[in-house]
Order: sequence, then structure tokens, then C-alpha cells
Amino acid sequence: MVLAVFCVLSLLAISSGVLVFVVDSMARATFCLLVSFLAVAAMVLMTGLAYLGVVIILMMIIEMVIMAVFMVMFMMNPAGLMPMSMFHNTRGAAVISGLVFTGLAAGILVVDWPQRRGVPAPDPTVALGEALMGGHMLTMMTLGVTLFATIVATVVLSTGRGRYDRLGDDLDAERADDPAGGGVGR
Amino acid sequence: MSATTLLLPALMIAAVWFLAALDGALAGRAAGRPVGPAAAAVEPVRATVRLLVGQRRSTLAADGLLRWAGIVSLIVAAVLAAAVVPLGERPLVDLSVGVVWFNAMEVVAWAAVWLVGWGPNGALSLVGGYRFVAQGLSYELPHMFAIITAALAAGSLRITDIVDAQAGLWFVVLMPAAFVAYLLSAAAMAFWGPFDAPVARDTAGGAGSELAGVDRLLFAGGRRLLLVAAAAMAVPLFLGGGHGPWLPAWAWVLLKTAAVLVVLVWLRHRLPTIRMDRWAEISWIVLVPLTIVQALVVALVVLARGGM
Amino acid sequence: MILEAFLLMAAALLCIGLFGALTQQSIVMLMMGLELMINGIILAAAAFWYFLAPASDGQVIVVAVVTAMAIEMAMGFAVVTAIYRAQRIDMTDSATELEG
Repeated sequence: MVLAVFCVLSLLAISSGVLVFVVDSMARATFCLLVSFLAVAAMVLMTGLAYLGVVIILMMIIEMVIMAVFMVMFMMNPAGLMPMSMFHNTRGAAVISGLVFTGLAAGILVVDWPQRRGVPAPDPTVALGEALMGGHMLTMMTLGVTLFATIVATVVLSTGRGRYDRLGDDLDAERADDPAGGGVGR
Repeated sequence: MSATTLLLPALMIAAVWFLAALDGALAGRAAGRPVGPAAAAVEPVRATVRLLVGQRRSTLAADGLLRWAGIVSLIVAAVLAAAVVPLGERPLVDLSVGVVWFNAMEVVAWAAVWLVGWGPNGALSLVGGYRFVAQGLSYELPHMFAIITAALAAGSLRITDIVDAQAGLWFVVLMPAAFVAYLLSAAAMAFWGPFDAPVARDTAGGAGSELAGVDRLLFAGGRRLLLVAAAAMAVPLFLGGGHGPWLPAWAWVLLKTAAVLVVLVWLRHRLPTIRMDRWAEISWIVLVPLTIVQALVVALVVLARGGM
Repeated sequence: MILEAFLLMAAALLCIGLFGALTQQSIVMLMMGLELMINGIILAAAAFWYFLAPASDGQVIVVAVVTAMAIEMAMGFAVVTAIYRAQRIDMTDSATELEG
């Protein structure tokens, strides 16, 4: 029963992963990727990681909706009304991917995997929380600061108007020159 | 188990009927044509039958698969989200990460409404879909902080543990700001009340503008099912679940859910539709710091009471 | 449900993502290839946690990988927007020159 569920989920993940690059419609490609993510999240749930599996489902749905917005913004064939394929160097890439897969598969099957060390904690969520707030606090802080740096960097990279456009050459305008209303004026 | 599995959708449909009847009664009173309770209760049935026999609409070069996927996933997400709400003592499925599961299922609505807006290949429906994504980004962080604050006070992500922790004091007294943020986000996630810009009249119905017949019925029904699920979730998180004198637990759950639904319907008829730029400003400048401070206060209270 | 099955799945997802990242002409589709690769890595990390060392360290690795994916997506979209504002292009083939 568990094996049947695993086979179905793995087929779903791989086929939707392949479909991402095959379908013409960009909107459909984004949601094929979402299906692949959800299948992987279900497999993570099968290993007993309840909190991480549900968090992956949550994050991937939000990320794929935002990616759909950007796809429609930047791609020229968002609805797939014209059949077009935008590939380059398919043969070289196929060779490289094939070699990588062969190497990884050979390693996976040949390596003598060790025995399991220990058993999972009775509540993996509590164990994760205590680890992140205790022994792995450094990881938590690094992730937090990196996420904050990402927020600042994305705004800096993607904004089209800087503070000199908003506040004048001497940065002394009384109210900021913004196209949308509201705000505190600075 | 199978009886409870059928009981949940039946209860949700009954709650949607109550919601639609109340909404119709308030709308009639606001329009100057008061309707009695019997007429208000019959009106949703009449609207359902009319939509069932109505003709479906298809547009040029529509993406029918994605539109169907959006409509179906909205309904499925609403039922799955309500599956972790305790009906009385125990929910249908008592997940150890119930709070996060509810959050994941209501986020499916983002994908669903965007898909319904994208599918029909229409400009106005696309505008509605994008408005909902903007609204979603704005309400999501206050919503997450609000429900995490309730889980923080109970020390667990399991909904039944959160209900048990409210035996002495309801969480709405301990964290009022989180409760208000949760109510606003419940209306926003179902694009209800002041947050119905995605289906507003200035875009001829927005995301639902190109739907007719069964599609329109299922989309409107899915929207109300999600609102019922969010209102039902407010009860175990903030209003003490089934705790209360004299009545059994399931009766209290029904009463409290009905009370939250009455507040949400009143909110719809009280406030006009809020514009997306104003809502983004309010949400990010006011609600996010407010819910963070609320979480800090509750964390200090938990530590002072003896820690986790 | 053995370790090799999970790891072969993860390797397959990684290689499909690698193929996509190498062949796609559009920057956004290239990012989708990168997402598929990280998808495979998440699955491999969860499999290693369950089958080899079910301690909390393995879960922290999964958290770090998921965070890295979020950061990569955010920065990728910001870079696409910045390139478009600078040169009005959205294809990798057009972005090969350090001009503008």
C-alpha cells in the first residue's frame, strides 16, 4: 500500500517535472511545477516530517502563484496560443544531464549505505524547534539575516526610481513625488 | 468515521445556506425592501436552482482546464481546511500540525482565484485574479502571525491542544489584536465584505465575470465555503472551542461559528470595498507590526507563567 | 520505501531540472529548472534524515534548503526585473554581452 502510494507520487513528480518544459502555455507550466512540488511534499510527509511537509506545501503554493505573475509579465507566449519551443543546445544539455544522472545513479546503487543511527524523536516538530532555538541558533540567525538582506536587495535591484527621483536633487522636497497616494510623505 | 466524513460537508453547506440567507436579509433591509425570515431562507435555494439550469459560458481561446482546476480546488481546499476544526470534542482529522495545515489549505485559494481569473482569457477577469493575489500578499503575514500567536499561547500546533488551553480564559481576551487581525484576514481570504475588490462591480464581477451557470454556482459556493471554514476556525483558536456552561460542546461550536458569521455579514454591509493600495498600506504599515508586538506580548506572558 | 528509491527519484528530478536550466532561453523558465533541482535536493535531504540519521540536524538541513530556494526565487525575479529595466530583454541569449 505504502509502495503503491510511493510509486504513484514519484510518477506524478517526474511526469509533471518533464511537462514543465514541454507544454506551450506558460501558466500551465507553472502549475505543472506546483504539482511536482506537491508530490515531493507528500513524499516528505511519508517520511514522518509532518511540520516540514505541510510548510513545503504552504510555501510552494505561494511561490508558484507569484511565479505565475512573473511568468505572465516576462514571457511572450503565456497562454500557449502559438506553438513555440525556446530551447538552445538541447543535445549538449541532454548529454550532460544523462551523464550526471548515470553518475548519481551508479553512486546511489553502489555505495554501501550505513545503518540507521538512532530513532526519530516522538515529536519531530518539537525536536526541530528546540534544535533551531538551541544548538542550531547560529543557523537560525544566519537564515534570518540572509532573508532580511534578500528583502533589501530585491527592492534595491527592482525599483525603478531612486530617492533622488522622489525627493529632488537635494533630497529636500516637502512631499515625495510618488505616483500612488498615501504613505507618510518621505 | 464515515458518518463524520459526510457530516462535515453537510454542516458546511447548512452554514453556507445560513450565511446566504442572512446576507440576503441584510441586503433587502439596506435596499428598503425588508424580507421576512422565510423569504430570506428560500432565496438561496432559488438562486441555486436558477444557476444549475443556467447555460454555461465559454469564451474565445479560454483555458478550460485551468479554470476548472481553479473552481474545484477552491471547494476542495475549503473542505480540507475545515477538516481540522473540532466539531464538538474532536475534529474529523486531528493533525499534530493542524494550524499549519489550515494555513496551507487557505493559501490554495490564491492559486484557485488566479486560475479562475486567468482561464476565461478575459481582461476583467484577469484584473480580478491579480487583485486577489495583491490582497493575498497583504493579508497573509498578519494572518500567519495571528494564528501562530494562538499556537504560542497553547504551546502546541494541534487544534485540540489549543482548545484545551482555553479552559480557563479565552484567547480573545489574551490576544485581542490577533483576533481582530484574524477576522480581517478571514474576510480577505474569501474576498468577502470590504475585501471583495477581486469580484467588485467596477470590473463587472472581476474574477467571476466570465462564469455562468454551474461554474458560477460552484465558484460562489466555494467562496462561501471558505468563509465558513475560516469563521469555524476562529472558534477553537480564539473563542474557546466547545467550552461553555449548560450546553454540550457541539452546540457551543455551532453557536460561536454562527456569531462569527453574523459579525462577518454585518461587516460586509457596513464597510465599502477597500482599494488595493490602501489595503496594502494598512496591512504592511499597521497590521504586521501590530501582530508582531502582540506575539511578543503573548510570548512574555507565556514565559512569565512558567514557560513551555 | 527504501533509501535507494528516494535517492533515485531525487537524482531524476535534479537531472530534469538541470536539463531545463541548461536549455531554456527564457530567464524565468531557467529559474523553473533551478526550482526543480532544489526540489530534488529537498527530497534527498528528507530521505537521508529518515533512513540514516533521524536527528534534528537533518531537519535543519531541510529548513536551510527551503529557505535557500525562497531566497533564490526572490533574487532571481529581482535580477530579471533589473535586466529588463536596463536592456529591455528577457532571454538569456541576449544577455551575453556586458554592455549597457
